[in-house]
Amino acid sequence: MNLLDIVLALPAIGFVAALLLPKDQTNLIRNFVLFVSVLTFVLSLGLIGSVLDSPAKMAFETNASWIQYPAIRYHVGIDGLSLWLVILTTFLTPICVLVSWKYIQKSVKLFYALMLLLMVGCIGVFVALDLFLFYVFWEVSLVPMYFLVGIWGHEKRIYAAVKFFLFTMAGSVLMLGAIIWLYNKSGTFDLPLLVDMMAKGRLTLGDAQNWLFLAFFIAFAIKVPLFPLHTWLPDAHGEAPTAGSVMLASVMLKLGCYGLVRICLPLFPEASHANAGWINGLAIAGIIYGALVAMVQPNMKRLVAYSSVSHLGFVVLGIFTFTQIGLDGAVYQMLNHGISTGALFILVGYVYERTHSLEIKDHGGVGTAAPWLSSAFVITALASVGLPLLNNFVGEFLVLQGVAQVNFAYTVLAALGVIFSAVYMLWMVQRVFYGEMSDQVKHRVSDFVPREYATVVPLVIMMVWMGVYSGSFLPPITASNAQTLVMEHSNAR
Amino acid sequence: MPVSAIPSAAELLRFAPETLLTVVGVILMLLEPFTPADKKRPLAWLTLISLVAALGLCFVCEPGSAFSNLIVVDGFSTFFRVLVICVGILTVLCSMNYLWVEGHERAEYWSLIVWAVVGQCLMASANELILLFIGLECSSIATYILAGFLRDDKRNNEAALKYFLLGSFATAFLLYGVSWIYGLTGKTNLSEIRQALLNPQTAPETLLVTLAVGFLFVGLAFKVSAAPFQMWTPDVYQGAPAPVTAFMSAGPKAAAFAMFLRIFLTGFLPVGKNWEPILWVSALLTMIMGNFAALRQANIKRLLAYSSIAHAGYVMVAVTTHSEVGTAAAMFYLASYAFMNVGAFAVVTHIARKDERYVEVNDLAGLGQRQPLTAGLLTLFLLSLIGIPLTGGFFAKFYVFKAALDANFIWLTVLGLLNSALAAYYYLRIIVVMYMQPPSATTENLPPLAPGLRVAIFASAAATLFLGIFPSTVLDYAGAAAQFVK
Repeated sequence: MNLLDIVLALPAIGFVAALLLPKDQTNLIRNFVLFVSVLTFVLSLGLIGSVLDSPAKMAFETNASWIQYPAIRYHVGIDGLSLWLVILTTFLTPICVLVSWKYIQKSVKLFYALMLLLMVGCIGVFVALDLFLFYVFWEVSLVPMYFLVGIWGHEKRIYAAVKFFLFTMAGSVLMLGAIIWLYNKSGTFDLPLLVDMMAKGRLTLGDAQNWLFLAFFIAFAIKVPLFPLHTWLPDAHGEAPTAGSVMLASVMLKLGCYGLVRICLPLFPEASHANAGWINGLAIAGIIYGALVAMVQPNMKRLVAYSSVSHLGFVVLGIFTFTQIGLDGAVYQMLNHGISTGALFILVGYVYERTHSLEIKDHGGVGTAAPWLSSAFVITALASVGLPLLNNFVGEFLVLQGVAQVNFAYTVLAALGVIFSAVYMLWMVQRVFYGEMSDQVKHRVSDFVPREYATVVPLVIMMVWMGVYSGSFLPPITASNAQTLVMEHSNAR
Repeated sequence: MPVSAIPSAAELLRFAPETLLTVVGVILMLLEPFTPADKKRPLAWLTLISLVAALGLCFVCEPGSAFSNLIVVDGFSTFFRVLVICVGILTVLCSMNYLWVEGHERAEYWSLIVWAVVGQCLMASANELILLFIGLECSSIATYILAGFLRDDKRNNEAALKYFLLGSFATAFLLYGVSWIYGLTGKTNLSEIRQALLNPQTAPETLLVTLAVGFLFVGLAFKVSAAPFQMWTPDVYQGAPAPVTAFMSAGPKAAAFAMFLRIFLTGFLPVGKNWEPILWVSALLTMIMGNFAALRQANIKRLLAYSSIAHAGYVMVAVTTHSEVGTAAAMFYLASYAFMNVGAFAVVTHIARKDERYVEVNDLAGLGQRQPLTAGLLTLFLLSLIGIPLTGGFFAKFYVFKAALDANFIWLTVLGLLNSALAAYYYLRIIVVMYMQPPSATTENLPPLAPGLRVAIFASAAATLFLGIFPSTVLDYAGAAAQFVK
């Protein structure tokens, strides 16, 4: 049992333990879950060293039999691609626990237990190397999120939760079909082994490749979400409680992006290339459409949600350039979006806790009443817009450069999205934080309390760090992506 | 043949579970007049103990045949015998409090359950069409009466009458099919029928055999509630007492599928290509009709009835493959379905209370806050019915669709998978009501779980989780057993 297994097992044990705690001891439950998640985060930092040594190879690998026949193995490992995504998950979970400290007052035990289960599911998806195990974690992450949205969400929460569940389920059953098909053809669920078999010519998918690609792709595209499969996202993000929105946007959307890079590219290279045209078209459509719709949103959460549709378009676009730089940008952008959109949802949540309204028109002058809250929001909004020296700029720049190598027209269109993002973000900042204070704001809004500083400051530090010195993060991503592209090219014959 | 006139001890032992249960059923009936009305509980314990003893006997007897090859005890029959007896035990646990509340604590109920289990054991182990028919009738007639057990209740009467009339038609078809087969081949023993079909000299006209198989299919499809013979299911499941519905949806269904597999695979595999399309269409229709009809049900028993139809469809997919993998998948499916469904119905029994007043989905509102444990376990059963990983229901679906892809039924698999995604909607609705709606007056004065129900629910939950985390134990056994029906 190595460190990675512990990182995976700790929240799982914490989940069961939290369920066994007495339900009226709410403070005990909060502190316990915070302790478990912080401990998991600290332990996960221990993963960095070994991965940086050889980022293109799997570190902390465990490969044990789970089910004899059909051969399903508990095969997990971590490399440069999954490293930061795992740490993003473990980093954001304690923050979400803190964010919900006061806000969640109903069924406290269940809420915090589900946060830990969600953590297990998400980490599991990022480290699973057995397709079957991947699917198991994929579905396991779905259930807690369904409850988070459905029980603790806003008014239309039930509709949003069910829609989210059904969309994801519809995609994932197709993926399950494709996984079974691959097993019947090859006799294994093991992803590295499958890639290796294809490289050595022992496994040829032939005409089926296109169908298999589509089955996986649709499952991932729903999760990303790629336009026009995004319709569940504004509902789910808009209706979820703050912690749910943060985990959804920052981590769960990345499950889909990660799947594209980890599974679709190496396993179905020809089909990926063959379909890249319309996928890029949809990605660009998503970038522009998301930005335009975000502009007219009267609700802050839905605005941020639509901005996600736009930003995730960049990720898909970067992946399907099949260039080193575009892929690096895409993966980096997954992390950036996780940090900055997570922070946006948290800050919008803090405003909502004070004014009990998500409507932009009910606000104004929040900056006067709460200067620190306002400053944090402005920095985050600028990061999200893609201001140089902040994180999103690096990712978007790399993606655009990668796209330019393939098709310059795409670059121009995608860059439009960057401009639009400045419009909707800054307009929201202006209407909510500047101007005259309304009565509601004057009486209700106060600045951060220490707990809130503890949640926002780490995120702001990360935005600056990732924007100023991307060299701390990019090398393992680059090495691992180089490896992916090698597999991709060698399998595409 | 005077030598075999008296069966050997080993042969008698192979029939011991059925013998024991039949005798206990008679004893229960005899005890009924001598027990005062308020002292009926020991009879339930006697039933429970004898079922557990029968379960033990299933493991004691060695494999082999008995009574001139009328009965075979092999891995396949042991699997199903154990399954139906377990369902019987769970049903008894669910019924104890129910009958007491309804004021119908009578020994007839217990003996009918026991005899139904005898019939189902016989369906699992018989290797001969007439005996299979006797087993089916034994199980069915007991279940008809159980469906109408609360004889003053209108819905009970309706359910029993409907079930009886339609069921008799179906069994008549089955018997007609059996007589055709006998006329065509001169045999009723399944292995001999297979030999006769394989031998080009004795093989009868294929068209006639297919027709006869069609008649058998009608009878069997009715019993497993497969389309287009599923119409009776919602009415009967809704009308019958809740524990009996739990029993009907698990025990007789599993036994009928055992019979299905035995007849089609042991007897009629040589004409497999002829009946495969019939099953293909029926499987697809069953899934679609069950799932679409379930979408808009307000009554939870009726909803679970349609869900039960849909699940029969998934098992039919496995049967359609007529491969060993498919048989094993069907066996695994039936086992995990039995536990998750009995568990769900056990919770419904708990919610329904006297006269089954509270059987609407909305009556569960706020259960998650009132009784978190009950709600949590029902959620587990529902997630398993949806097919979420780490529950038995997931591996069941996984194995079924794996078998279907193995046999190259790609379209059936894709449509089946989409069906199972659609099905998530109506199961989720129950979870929504339990957790996401404020508690209603209905759940406010809900009594705590009765001890019998508590044991039944916990045991079902444990089995569901066990099958979801360590499926190989059961699947390996099913895989080894599947070869016996070929």
